[in-house]
Formats: sequence, C-alpha cells, structure tokens
Amino acid sequence: MAPPPETVPESFQRIEESPEFRQLRSSFRNFAFPVTAGFVLWYLLYVLLSCYAPGFMSTKVVGNINLALVLGILQFVSTFAIAAWYARFAGRQLDPRAAVIRGRADATLPAQSGDHAPVAEEAAE
Amino acid sequence: MMQLATSAGDHRTLIMSLFGVFVLATLGITLWAGRSTRDASDFYAGGRGFTGFQNGLAISGDYMSAASFLGITGAIALSGYDGFLYSIGFLVAWLVALLLVAEPLRNSGRYTMADVLAFRMRQRPVRTAAGISTIVVSIFYLLAQMVGAGSLVALLLGAQGDAAKRWVIVAVGALMVLYVVIGGMKGTTWVQIIKAVLLILGAGLMTVLVLAKFHFNLSELLGSAAKASGSGDKFLQPGLKYGTNGTTKLNFLSLGIALVLGTAALPHILVRFYTVPTARTARKSVLWSIGIIGVFYLMTLALGFGAAALVGRKALAADKSGNTAAPLLAEHLGGGAGTTGGAVLLAVISAVAFATILAVVAGLTLASSSSFAHDLYANVIRRGKATEKEEVASAKFAAVAIGAVAILLSIFADKLNAAALVALAFAVAASANLPTLLYSLFWKRFNTTGAVASTYAGLITSVGLVVFSPVVSGNAKALIPGGDFDWFPLENPGLVSIPVGFLAGVIGTYLSREKADPAKYAELEVRSLTGLGAH
Repeated sequence: MAPPPETVPESFQRIEESPEFRQLRSSFRNFAFPVTAGFVLWYLLYVLLSCYAPGFMSTKVVGNINLALVLGILQFVSTFAIAAWYARFAGRQLDPRAAVIRGRADATLPAQSGDHAPVAEEAAE
Repeated sequence: MMQLATSAGDHRTLIMSLFGVFVLATLGITLWAGRSTRDASDFYAGGRGFTGFQNGLAISGDYMSAASFLGITGAIALSGYDGFLYSIGFLVAWLVALLLVAEPLRNSGRYTMADVLAFRMRQRPVRTAAGISTIVVSIFYLLAQMVGAGSLVALLLGAQGDAAKRWVIVAVGALMVLYVVIGGMKGTTWVQIIKAVLLILGAGLMTVLVLAKFHFNLSELLGSAAKASGSGDKFLQPGLKYGTNGTTKLNFLSLGIALVLGTAALPHILVRFYTVPTARTARKSVLWSIGIIGVFYLMTLALGFGAAALVGRKALAADKSGNTAAPLLAEHLGGGAGTTGGAVLLAVISAVAFATILAVVAGLTLASSSSFAHDLYANVIRRGKATEKEEVASAKFAAVAIGAVAILLSIFADKLNAAALVALAFAVAASANLPTLLYSLFWKRFNTTGAVASTYAGLITSVGLVVFSPVVSGNAKALIPGGDFDWFPLENPGLVSIPVGFLAGVIGTYLSREKADPAKYAELEVRSLTGLGAH
C-alpha cells in the first residue's frame, strides 16, 4: 500500500528532528523498554523457579496453597498493575505531547487534517 | 464413556436447540452487518467505528478460544499445577501487546499486520513473507479450534458419532465462511462480542458452583483435587508433567517463552486494533481485554482443579487430550450423568464451547483471508493495481479456501490438547512475526533483507522443528503415530526458533548492502507515535 499521497516525507523528517517529538519518543521509550524488560524477567524468574526449584516452590504458605500458586497469582496482580500504570502514564505523558505535535502539523499541512480523525479522539475523552 | 454418551444423547435436542439459537442470532447480526459493509475499510476493519469497550470484548472473544476454555481446563485437570502456566503466559503476554505493539500498529497500519512490516521496506518480498506467515499461524490456530470441536462432538455423541462428527465439523466450517463472507469484520466483531459475554457468564457460573461445593475455600478445593488426582501433593506442585527430566524442563521453559512472546504477533489479534478509530481507543481496548481475560484465566484455576476434584480421574482420562474436562465438570455440577440438571448444564456449557469455537474460527478465517487479499493478491500478484472491489472479492474466495483447509486438517489431529496446539501457533508467531514487527518499529537500520530473513527463518525453524518433534511422530498421541522422525525432543520449538528469528533479522540486515531509508523511518516513527496521517 502506498502512503497517502498528501504526506510529504520531508515534513515527517522535520517533525522527527523537532525537540517536541524527541521528547515524546524518549519518554515513550524510557517507559516501555525498561518496563517490558522488567516484566519479562519477572515472568522468566517464575518459569525458571517452577522448572528448576520445584522444592522451593512447593513450600506451603496457607493450607494447601503453596508458593508456586502464590507467585502465579502475583503474575496476574503485576500484569494488572503494569497495565494500569501504563494507562496512567500514557494519558498524562504521551497523549498531550502527541496532540501538540499533531496540532502543529495540521496547522502547517492543512491537507492532512481530515486524515486522522481528531474529532473521534476528542469524543473519546 | 458409553453411559455418559447415552445420557447426553437423550438431551441432544436441548444442546442442538441452544446452539441453534446462537447460530441464528449471530447469522442475523451478520446479515445486518453485511448490509452496511460497503467498502474495503468496512470489510477489513469494521468501519473503524467500535468503542474501546466493544473492541476489548471482541479481542477477549477472539483470544479466549477452545484452547483457553477446553484446553487449559483439561491441562490443569490432568497435569495439575503445570497446566496453570498456560493461563499465566497467555495473560502476561498482553503487556507486550499493550506497551510495544497495539498503538504503533493502529497508527501506522491500515488493514493487516504486513501494512506495518512493509511500511518502509520493498513491498513485494515483505508482504509475501508476512502473508505466508499470517496464513501459517492462523492454520495452526484453526487446527486447535477444530480439535476442540471434535473432542466436544465425540463426548456428546459418543461412539456412534463418527459420521456425525465429520458433519458437525463441516457445518462449523461452512458457518464460519458465511460469517466472514457476508459480515466481514463488522459481523465477525459482533459475533466475538456475544461469544465473549456468553463464555464469561458460563465460566463464571461454573466457577461459583465449584467454589460453593468447597465452601469458597480455595485450599479445600486444592486439597480435594490433589486427593482425587491420585498424585497427592505433587498435583499442586510444579513438575508433574514437565519435571520428569532435563528435556521436559526445557519443554516447560520453551512453552513459557512462546506463550509470553506470541500474543503480540498473532495476526488475528493485531487486525482487531484496526476496528477502532484511534490509538487511544486501541489502548483502551487492550486494557479492557487484559481485565476480562485476566478474570477468565483466574476462573480456569477453579474449573481445572474443580474438574480434577469432582469428575474423577477415570472419566477425565477417557479423552487423553483433556479437552472434555470442562463439559464433564458442567455435567457433574448440574447433578451428574443421567440427571436432568446435569444434562441441562452440559448442554449450556457445550453450546457455549461451540459458540467459542465458531467465533474464534471466524476471526482466524477473516484475518488470514484479509492478509491473502490485501498482501498477497492486491500487492504482490496484482502489484497494487487491483481495485478495492477485486480485493474484497478475493478475500471472500480465500475465506472459502481456508475454511476447506481447516476442515481437512481437523480430521487428522484429534488426540492433541487444544492448548498445546495453540501454543505451537504462539511459537510460530513469536518466531516469524514478532522479531520483524519489533525491528520494523524500533530499529532504524532494519531493512528489507532483514525483514524477509527474520520472517522466513523464524517461520521455517519453528514449523520445521514441530514437524520433527514428538507432536508429529514417535508416540501414540502424535499426529502420525506410526512415523518415527521425532529427533527434536521439545514439543514446543520456541526456545530455539524465537532466538533464530531475532538473530536472522540482525544478520540479514547487516549482510545486505541495502541502506534503510531514513525518510521512511522518520515517517513511520512520527506516525506510529503521534497518529499523524493515520487511517
């Protein structure tokens, strides 16, 4: 699929080099990359413990509930927590910055304004 | 088993009518959706008009397949704690989709996964690779659904059901093609939404009934399950299925890695992000689905251990795959075999399971036929010169062809656990699609050669290793029990094939003299992060 004809590649490069965009990108990457590494490692730790430390994982905590089950449930808890954390972060740090960049691009490139449904975005607020 | 089949047989009419209501209702919606499906954006992306909550439900509907409901319940019922890994991996995996994939994909793509992969590359080679891998992943996934359907029919119809089983599978295949051809993405999305609600209600009802039997005391439930399983405390500890020796432990690790990295690269899940208007709504839909899917997977604990505690080892083991644990549990909770309550609950849960299978199969067929039409037909075969009408028509033909393939394949694989089969689809997706997707989005230097290399290397390694694994030959449960070419010891290839996919992308990129186009990368980056110029 060819990109929409009205997009001018030079203007994208100009936006990419702008300080606003660099800030948006680094704030996204500084969140998403380390957090991804973190939860993948935490999950791998759980899988490796299940594989290679079954004795430790079989430690009973309450009644028939052992450490393996508790750690498994904690994976659920951490998943919910990270999802909520990201939603909050993206709403506060990413969305406003992206909106500013979009607004400025629309002002300089009026041909694009109809293309990305800013109205629907506002309606979703 | 025979006795159960007859008692179920008496109430077959009930099951058929419940399922008939679902089919009629969804067909009605599909016809309605079909009337408002006019252009390609309606057919592929449901007009991009769904809300975050609606799409969250639809994603959950697409994701909680026969593998989750029948497969995981069976895996926990038979292997105890080791079966629970599926639930955890299937859920944690959503964070990869949420943080790295959903929003950039929504912003920079249009109809298929390949839109993003081919964005800054040469179109034909990358779209060919991505189209092939989309279809292969979807067929593995389809196979799992059809196996689930087969187990269910065998349970309900018993030994007399061999011919009936074929007919049911043909009917499921025909229905899914109808949904896709008539309703497109809009119709399919509504089918997913209805199915997700039914599945959550059904699983929720069973969970409450199970917990009530054990005074809402999880420890008591686990204790009874351990006792009834015949394995004692080992049933609740890691290692019952995967702890035997070094190979089985590696198998567990391999499965775990494939599960957590596969979701964000499943084509039929990725196309769901195009059904909403903006990246923000795509994010909201993932948040909803994490909530819905998380609750559902917590319920699989009660269902799996409940089946182990209540149904009993002998009845459970009648189907070696474990796929019948959930319906058997339903029958027990309703009052047991031969009682009206048992038959009613069995009928309800079986109808829910059929609805689940039908909906997921429709989603898979849509995703793979879209990729065939938009990537292979329009961009590769016709070199971008096909009209929108021709493209959509070719998608409909592809849906019929893929339906036929799924029906044929399902005749062979009926002894495998649906969750284990789906895990293979996850491994293929994580090996072939995820490296290409992540490099495309985040690595500036990545080029066409790298994209083609990572897709094919991941695809060929993962599928090749499955062919030479114990899943296909060398034992009684294998696809070809008589064969003996299982030299690769792991059932899931992820441990090897995922690194191969990531590595091949790097090697391909550096071996090629082709320079990545910085202007195209700037465009992809700006569009994916800001939503500028999104469709």
